Amino acid sequence: MTVADDNLPRLPIVVEGAPPLAQQPLDTPQRIRRETIRQIVRSKTFIVGAIFTLFWVTCALVGSHIVPFDPINDSFTASYHAPTWSHPFGMDRVGRDIFSRVLVGARSVMEVAPAATLLGVSMGSVLGLLMGYFGGWIDNLVGRVVDAVLAVPFIVLAILVLTALSAGAEGISVSSLKLVLVIGIAFTPIVARTVRSAVLAERDLDYVQAAKLRGERPPYIMLVEILPNVMGPIVVEATVRLGYAVFAVATLAFVGYGPQPPSPDWGLQISDQYADVTLAWWAVVFPALAIASLVVAINLIADTVQQVLDT
Amino acid sequence: MRYVTHRIALGLVSLLLLSMMIYAAAEVLPGNPGRLVLGREATPAAVKEYNHKLGIDRPLPVRYVDWLSHAVRGNFGANYNDGRPVTNDLVPALKRSLFLALFAFLLCIPVSISAGVVAALRRGRPTDRAITVTGLSLAVIPEFVLGAILVTLLGPAFLNVFPGIAGTLEGASLWTKFDSLFLPALALALVLFGYIARMARAGTMEALDADYTRTATLKGLRRRDILLRHVLRNGLLPTIAVISTQVGYLFGGIVAIEKLFGYPGIGYLTLTAAQIKNFPMLLACVLVLGVVYFVATLSGDLLTAALNPRVRLGSPQ
Repeated sequence: MTVADDNLPRLPIVVEGAPPLAQQPLDTPQRIRRETIRQIVRSKTFIVGAIFTLFWVTCALVGSHIVPFDPINDSFTASYHAPTWSHPFGMDRVGRDIFSRVLVGARSVMEVAPAATLLGVSMGSVLGLLMGYFGGWIDNLVGRVVDAVLAVPFIVLAILVLTALSAGAEGISVSSLKLVLVIGIAFTPIVARTVRSAVLAERDLDYVQAAKLRGERPPYIMLVEILPNVMGPIVVEATVRLGYAVFAVATLAFVGYGPQPPSPDWGLQISDQYADVTLAWWAVVFPALAIASLVVAINLIADTVQQVLDT
Repeated sequence: MRYVTHRIALGLVSLLLLSMMIYAAAEVLPGNPGRLVLGREATPAAVKEYNHKLGIDRPLPVRYVDWLSHAVRGNFGANYNDGRPVTNDLVPALKRSLFLALFAFLLCIPVSISAGVVAALRRGRPTDRAITVTGLSLAVIPEFVLGAILVTLLGPAFLNVFPGIAGTLEGASLWTKFDSLFLPALALALVLFGYIARMARAGTMEALDADYTRTATLKGLRRRDILLRHVLRNGLLPTIAVISTQVGYLFGGIVAIEKLFGYPGIGYLTLTAAQIKNFPMLLACVLVLGVVYFVATLSGDLLTAALNPRVRLGSPQ
C-alpha cells in the first residue's frame, strides 16, 4: 500500500486564500530550446540584423525579377549620371542603373557564403568531434595545422590556392564552386578547434561514461550523445563563420577572384568603378554600403546568438 | 627562458608546416610550369627542357628542401616572367607595407585603448553601448569597403582633404607619405579599433572588479591613482598580446587596401604575381607574411611575459 502511494502523482494541496501555485517549468530539452530561441528572437540587435539579412536574401533570390532596370546590359546614354528620383543610386560608367545592380549583386555573395559556411562547419564539426573524443595525434596535427593556417591572412592563402587552381598561363578564373571549396576547407580546421574544446569539456562527463559502459560504439557516442550537447558552440561558430565568409567572398571578388564583368557583384563593382571615384562617388559608395550592411547584419545576429547561448 | 625557447620552437614548427602546405599548393595544383610559361603551342620537348632547366622534373620533396634551404638564406629564386631575383621587388614592397601598417597602428592604438577604457568605466551606459556596437560593426566590415566609404567622404569627391590614390611615394617627403597614406591607414585602423577596444574594455572591467582595486578604493586612494597604478597596469596587459596577433589580420586587409589605393606594397605585389602566375614571387610573399606574423606574435608574447611575472615564471594557471 505505501509503495503504491509513492508512485501516485502528488496532488497540489489547495489552501483556502493562498496565492495560486507557481507553475513549475518542465525542463525538457524542447522547452529549453524554445526558451533560448525566444530570447534570441526578442533581442533588438537580432531583429535589426535579421531584417537586413532577409532583405538581402530576398534580393539574391528574386532580385533579377523585381529590379526596375536591366542590371547587366549597358545603355551608354547616361554615363555616370548622378542620382535622380528614377535612379536613386545614379548610373555607372556605361549607364547602368546602380540601384538595380546593387540589388541583383546580392546574389553572387549569397551563392557562395552560406554554402562555404555549411561545408566548413560540417567538416569542422566532424573533425572536432574526432579530435576531442580521441585526442592523440590527430588532435596534435590539426592543432599545428590551425596555427600554421592562421599565421597567414586567409585572403592571401585563398589567393595562392585559387591561383594555383585556375588553369591557363595568365588570368584568373574562379567559379563559385571553387570559392565554396576553398573557403569551406580553410574554415574546417578553425571550426574543428572550437568544437574540439567543447567536446573536451563533455568527454569525461557521466553520460559519456555511461554510454561507454553500455558498450556503445564511438561513432554513436560522438554523434548521438556528445553532438547534441555541443550544438551551442557549433551554432555560434556557424553564425560567426557566415559573417567571415561574406567578408572573404566580397574581398576576394574585389581583388579579382570572383565573378567577372559584367556581373553586378558588389566587390567587382567597387574595383571596376574606383578609378573614377572623383567623377562618380555613387558608383562606389552604394555597393560598399551594401556589403557593409550585410556583414554588420550577420554579425549582429551572431553576436546575439553568442550572448544568449553563452549565458 | 624555457618559456621563450618553447614559444619560439612552436612558432618555427608552424612556419615549417606553413611552408610545406604553400609549397605543395603552388607546385602540385597548377600542373606543369613549363606548359604554363611556354604556352599551349610549345612542343613537349621544349616543355621538358624548360622544366629540367628549372629543376622541376625532380621529386617534390627534393625540390621543397632545395627551395626552403635557399629561402631561409633570403633567396627566393627568380621570377617566372622576367628572370630577375624575387627579392628585388619583394624587399621594397615589404618596407612600404610595414610603413603603412605602422602608420595604421599609430592611428589606432591610442584611440582604441582609450575608447575601451572609457567603455569599461561607463559600463552598461549609452557611451559603453555606442563604443561597443561601433567597434563590433567596424571590425567586421571589409577594409576595402571602409576605404571606399572613407574616400567618398574625405577624398576628392566631397571634402577633398586627402588623396584617394597613394602610388609608390618613392622619394616623397615624410609629410607627403603621411598625407597620401592617411586614408588607407585609417581604413585599416578602423577595422582594428573594434578588437583592441573590446580587449581593453574586457581587461579594464576585470581589473575594476578585482579585489586589489576594491582594497585600493577602501584604502582611500585617489581615483586617478587607482586607475593608473592598479586598474590600467593590470587591465591592459592582455591587450598587448591581442595587438600583436592583429598584425596578421592587418596584413590580410592590406591586400585589398593596397589594391584600392594603388600602393605597391606586399599585398599589391602578391596580387600582381598571382595575376601572371609568377609562383616564386607568390610563394615568397606568402612565406614572408607568415614570418611577419610569427615575429609580431612572438614579440607580443615576450613583451607580455616581460611585463607580467606570472607569465614569465610560469605560474600554475
